[in-house]
Amino acid sequence: METASNFLNIKDVSTAFKINGQFYDAISHINLQVHHDEILAIVGESGCGKSTLATTIMGLHDPAETKISGEIDFEGTNLLKLDDDGYNDFRGAKIGMIFQDPLSALNPLKRIEDQISEVMDYHTSLSKEEKHERVLQLLDEVGIVNPKRTAHQFPHELSGGMRQRVIIAIAIACKPDLIIADEPTTALDVTIQAQILDVLRDIQKENHAGIILITHDLGVVAETADRVAVMYAGQIVEEGTAEQVFNTPEHPYTRSLLRSMPQRDNENDDLYVIKGNVPSLQKMPSTGDRFAPRIPWVPASAHEENPTMHEVAPGHEVRCTCYKEFSFPDQKGSVTA
Amino acid sequence: MWKTILRRFLIMIPEVIILSILVFLLAKAMPGDPFTGSINPKADPQQIHHLMKINGLYDPWYQQYWQWVVHLFHGNLGNSYQYQEPVTRLIAGRAGNTLWLALFTMILTYAFALPMGVFAGRHEGKLPDTIIRVYTYVTYCIPFFVILVIGIWIFGYVFGWFPTTGSISAEASGSGWLQTIGSRFYHILLPGILGALFGTVNIVQYLRSEVIDAKGSDYVRTARSKGVPSKDIYRHHIFRNSLLPIAAFAGYSITGLLNGSIFTETVFSYPGMGLLFVNSISYRDYTVITALVLIYGILNLIGTLLSDIILSIVDPRIRIE
Ligand SMILES: Nc1ncnc2c1ncn2[C@@H]1O[C@H](COP(=O)(O)OP(=O)(O)O)[C@@H](O)[C@H]1O
Ligand code: SF4
Ligand SMILES: [Mg+2]
Repeated sequence: METASNFLNIKDVSTAFKINGQFYDAISHINLQVHHDEILAIVGESGCGKSTLATTIMGLHDPAETKISGEIDFEGTNLLKLDDDGYNDFRGAKIGMIFQDPLSALNPLKRIEDQISEVMDYHTSLSKEEKHERVLQLLDEVGIVNPKRTAHQFPHELSGGMRQRVIIAIAIACKPDLIIADEPTTALDVTIQAQILDVLRDIQKENHAGIILITHDLGVVAETADRVAVMYAGQIVEEGTAEQVFNTPEHPYTRSLLRSMPQRDNENDDLYVIKGNVPSLQKMPSTGDRFAPRIPWVPASAHEENPTMHEVAPGHEVRCTCYKEFSFPDQKGSVTA
Repeated sequence: MWKTILRRFLIMIPEVIILSILVFLLAKAMPGDPFTGSINPKADPQQIHHLMKINGLYDPWYQQYWQWVVHLFHGNLGNSYQYQEPVTRLIAGRAGNTLWLALFTMILTYAFALPMGVFAGRHEGKLPDTIIRVYTYVTYCIPFFVILVIGIWIFGYVFGWFPTTGSISAEASGSGWLQTIGSRFYHILLPGILGALFGTVNIVQYLRSEVIDAKGSDYVRTARSKGVPSKDIYRHHIFRNSLLPIAAFAGYSITGLLNGSIFTETVFSYPGMGLLFVNSISYRDYTVITALVLIYGILNLIGTLLSDIILSIVDPRIRIE
């Protein structure tokens, strides 16, 4: 069901990759909504399946190597039922994507102008001159100082930050309703990061787009997001408004992430380090809370056998019941196994 | 871009000078002198001594080198001992044949290699790709002269479809231009095809892996997320980006073709510079050998120069500011 503000509805989506002839879930049973005029952040360590979720929405997977189930309802269309041609009406037009590595995401042998106007070739009926004007306007919008000059340049002549601006220009050229930004600032240095985030925010205000901002950097989330979904090992473990997730985090994973993030009031302490690693796809536990092995001091009885989402406040959901008993080992009232 | 090309051109000048000095010293080190074969062996040694003196053969090497270069620029490369004729004229009569065969081989090579490489890369792992790869591996393992010998034996002698020697048939050489061209073309057909079959290998393998790399590249993913249909992604991104570096191979293939011409012309008794070179070696015709080494050396340098220039035109990243 499409409503005015909730235009993207991800229902029970799983994506499995073929590894040595067998399929393994990289994301399982994801449920998410995106509204106009909001930035939904998806956070989680590297390997949690954030990019897989993004490329699943974009339909960028090779159908021979992946198995995707569920439903992605975009303004009334189930994207997962579309063939490649049908998908092309959405990609670039209604959904724009910004990738992590601006150094390799542009074609090294094409001028910037051609790479930006290419997206308009397929989704607009603008004339050559109109496209040229639009390219200059877009470059100006994303904060390029000399659009005329940059339009004529090749990617290798631009800095990383400028290339990321160009990629943003491509993503927004056709005024998409949804912008997916997969770690758009990870490859850039800190001052540029802030500028890029500003650009994203401005664009969103202007276009009333919904933005999915993927990142493993909680600082970025705190600064920009309206809502946050925390992802661990292919599942959403906590979802809520930015205030809810930052001020009253519930799931042990969210709390561990927040505690391992450098902050002003604990900068002299040793930073908390989450034990262990995100499990690889083949080693994913089939029952229990997937985060349980990384908080071994929490008794097994605290976890649900098949963890589900629990609403702890309106719009704030947490996976598994273990959050009720969880505390860090060095804190008062800690439960020891 | 002109700056880049000019710069690259200037780099070639010292290369040519060094090459010419080496060739000159090589010529000096060879037995015999410019009069070998042109004077009576029973001549008075005193007289030979005098001749050498007035011809500057006792001068320091750099003076002699300078003399040699001056002669070179007048087109004077000495006389062939074997043919008793100026080396310049001798080579000029054969250079055309070699270039004509080389050009034809190159066109055929690209005509075979480009579609094969692109096709194999696009359909990686499928049957046609496997067939093309087996072909390249097999060809790669067989030495070039073996391919030539087998080819000339099967298609020249057993089936008798192609001439096996010369560059033009006796009947055609006196008649009209159409017959002349026809016969010349007929004579380069088999050596050209065999040369191309061998020459394709590197290009096919390179192009195939370029296409495969491009398919999985981030910029292709960007293009897909723009909603560009698959066939246009191949046309505008994958093929274009994979073919451009191949253009630069053109220069290097000149080098390969010239070196290959020595084999081809020998096996096909085709009267070009390669055959002349081999004959001159067996007759110890040093003036001709020296001249050919110099020419082959310079052509090799030009081949590399061409490649670099093409690459700088084609790939914006290489242009030196
Ligand atoms: N094409 C693929 N084939 C097999 N495994 C994959 C593929 N892409 C990602 N994965 C695996 O899926 C998991 C999630 O990866 P990814 O979505 O890139 O995580 P994130 O973006 O959160 O770092 C990882 O374990 C990764 O190794
Ligand atoms: S690379 Fe550009 S600036 Fe340099 S010479 Fe060539 S055209 Fe001129
Ligand atoms: Mg990622």
